[in-house]
Amino acid sequence: MSIAESLALALKNIVSSKVRTLLTMLGIIIGVAAVIVIVGLGNGLENYVAGSFSSMGANTLTVTVMPRGATRTLETEDMYAIVAEHPEELALCSPTVSLAGGVKIGAGTTSTSAAGVSEDYSSIYHSLVSQGRDLQYSDIATRAKVCVVGAYVNQAYFGGNAVGQTLRVGGQALTIVGVLEQQESPMEEGGSDDCLYLPYSTAARLGGSRVSSYVVTMVDEARLEQSKQVLESALSGFFGSDDYYTIISMSELLDAMTGTISLLVGVLAGIAAISLVVGGIGIMNIMLVSVTERTREIGVRKSLGAKERSIMAQFVMEAAVTSALGGVIGIGLGYLLSAVAATVAARLMGEALTVSPGLFAVLAAFGISAGIGVLFGYLPATKAARLNPIDALHYD
Amino acid sequence: MAALIAFQDVCKYYRMGDGTVTAADHISFAITRGEFTAIVGSSGSGKSTCMNIIGCLDVPSAGTYRLNGRDVGQMNRNQLAEIRNELLGFIFQQYNLLPKLNLLENVEVPLMYAGVPRGERRERARAALEQLGLGDKWRHKPMELSGGQQQRVSIARALVGKPSVILADEPTGALDSRTGREVLAILQDLHAQGHTVVLITHDNTIAVQAQRIIRLEDGRVVYDGPASAPEAVVTPRAAGLPGGGGV
Repeated sequence: MSIAESLALALKNIVSSKVRTLLTMLGIIIGVAAVIVIVGLGNGLENYVAGSFSSMGANTLTVTVMPRGATRTLETEDMYAIVAEHPEELALCSPTVSLAGGVKIGAGTTSTSAAGVSEDYSSIYHSLVSQGRDLQYSDIATRAKVCVVGAYVNQAYFGGNAVGQTLRVGGQALTIVGVLEQQESPMEEGGSDDCLYLPYSTAARLGGSRVSSYVVTMVDEARLEQSKQVLESALSGFFGSDDYYTIISMSELLDAMTGTISLLVGVLAGIAAISLVVGGIGIMNIMLVSVTERTREIGVRKSLGAKERSIMAQFVMEAAVTSALGGVIGIGLGYLLSAVAATVAARLMGEALTVSPGLFAVLAAFGISAGIGVLFGYLPATKAARLNPIDALHYD
Repeated sequence: MAALIAFQDVCKYYRMGDGTVTAADHISFAITRGEFTAIVGSSGSGKSTCMNIIGCLDVPSAGTYRLNGRDVGQMNRNQLAEIRNELLGFIFQQYNLLPKLNLLENVEVPLMYAGVPRGERRERARAALEQLGLGDKWRHKPMELSGGQQQRVSIARALVGKPSVILADEPTGALDSRTGREVLAILQDLHAQGHTVVLITHDNTIAVQAQRIIRLEDGRVVYDGPASAPEAVVTPRAAGLPGGGGV
């Protein structure tokens, strides 16, 4: 009996008991769908993170200084001096002060992110001013109560006429002097156009803290290691120790984050995969029942000349087809749920998240589910193949 | 001409609890090609054991059984399956058709295990069904047929592989007497066409339709001769049974 014939026979038996087959497959369907959705969400999240990081500039290094403990204090002037001393590796520098608490425009508070920066930030992040003017050195030096806003803020809260208007950050009224060019399309709340920049000196005063974080750009992105090394030795020379600061490159941070996401996805997918094993046991259980029910059929087939191999093939094939079919349905369901998840994510995050499980995950899910069928079908099939034809013929 | 079926001192023992039961006790007989033989006996006479051994579903504990010159007792399960497929055609009391398959597919089963290609299989199964007068019903499922029709399908299935021996185990047992007679008439036709038919039954009125009777009792052959002889249907224990009655 050929494989094609075993397959035809298996399909015939599956079709003749649809409800039972569907229930048998349920574990596999759920397992496969869960793995597909989780892997898809993970991939989507990774792409999303990578996307937002690259817009932040892949050629930047972030320096964070510990707020206390060191015997010397790193003033922003010191940091500028360090960068200026190494023009072959380091280009621009901007302190960054993030302000929590939201931005008040009129009576409402928005989710706009506010950050204190230097006049170089627009060069660092490749953003241009479309209306009004950019922040200037004098704004920094005088702790001017001014800011530039993203295109979304301009559009959503000021109807495109933000320049000259005021808003409040941390209780301080700021005059909008410029609007940045639109970064992404469409603009969304919480997106990269929903932002506000003010002089770091103003922000530091509002936050009541020293500047503790800097963004430094490298001359050449490819020389990440060397550039980082230069900054590293300058800072450790300054503090006399390397305990009081950290330097993270955007690309390293990206790697670390995607690594974390991958690990998380792996663990979750692994948990979902347990359902596949449970599903496999379900298949084995039903196949054992089926062998008992079909004892007489097995006896008849044997009396008509079926060898043990043929009976074995019939039952293993049936388990494998059931399981693989469950896999296919699971993949379909997984895609459907992924689409739903993508829609929900878009609603919640205000950001398009492509949920893409990828061909590999799909093939793996199919292969594993078929494999589970073979594995868990083996025991019942062996039981069927070993039946004594005389006993089987007289079984009621 | 060498015997097609040759039993030489065939014994079969079964282990039952602590002791052993002798189901076949030195049974010897030979059936040549083209014979129509009935193996008769009451329950426990050893006829089922005989039928299982002839049908290569079981092997003797002692003695030899040669089918078409091949020693079946020495074969493993797969070889026995092959022999069943090539040389034997079974007809069962309960028809034993596979309920999920249609008639044509049921008749095809032995050919499938013989590795006959699909096209030829269809053709031969169709021809066998036509021979039994069911050619137009091939799409039906067994349950849609009467008992007599189902038994005819099972005869078609037994014939389709062109076996050397047709082995009929109580083929009329589940049928009313009229359809039973029809089935017996088919077996007689097959015999007339040159088929070797072995009929296993407990019923003397059925057995006498055969050419030759082998009567078993307590695992031994107590009569082996023409069905027409009066002693063929008279057993030492149950003397006086009416024999040769018109069935």
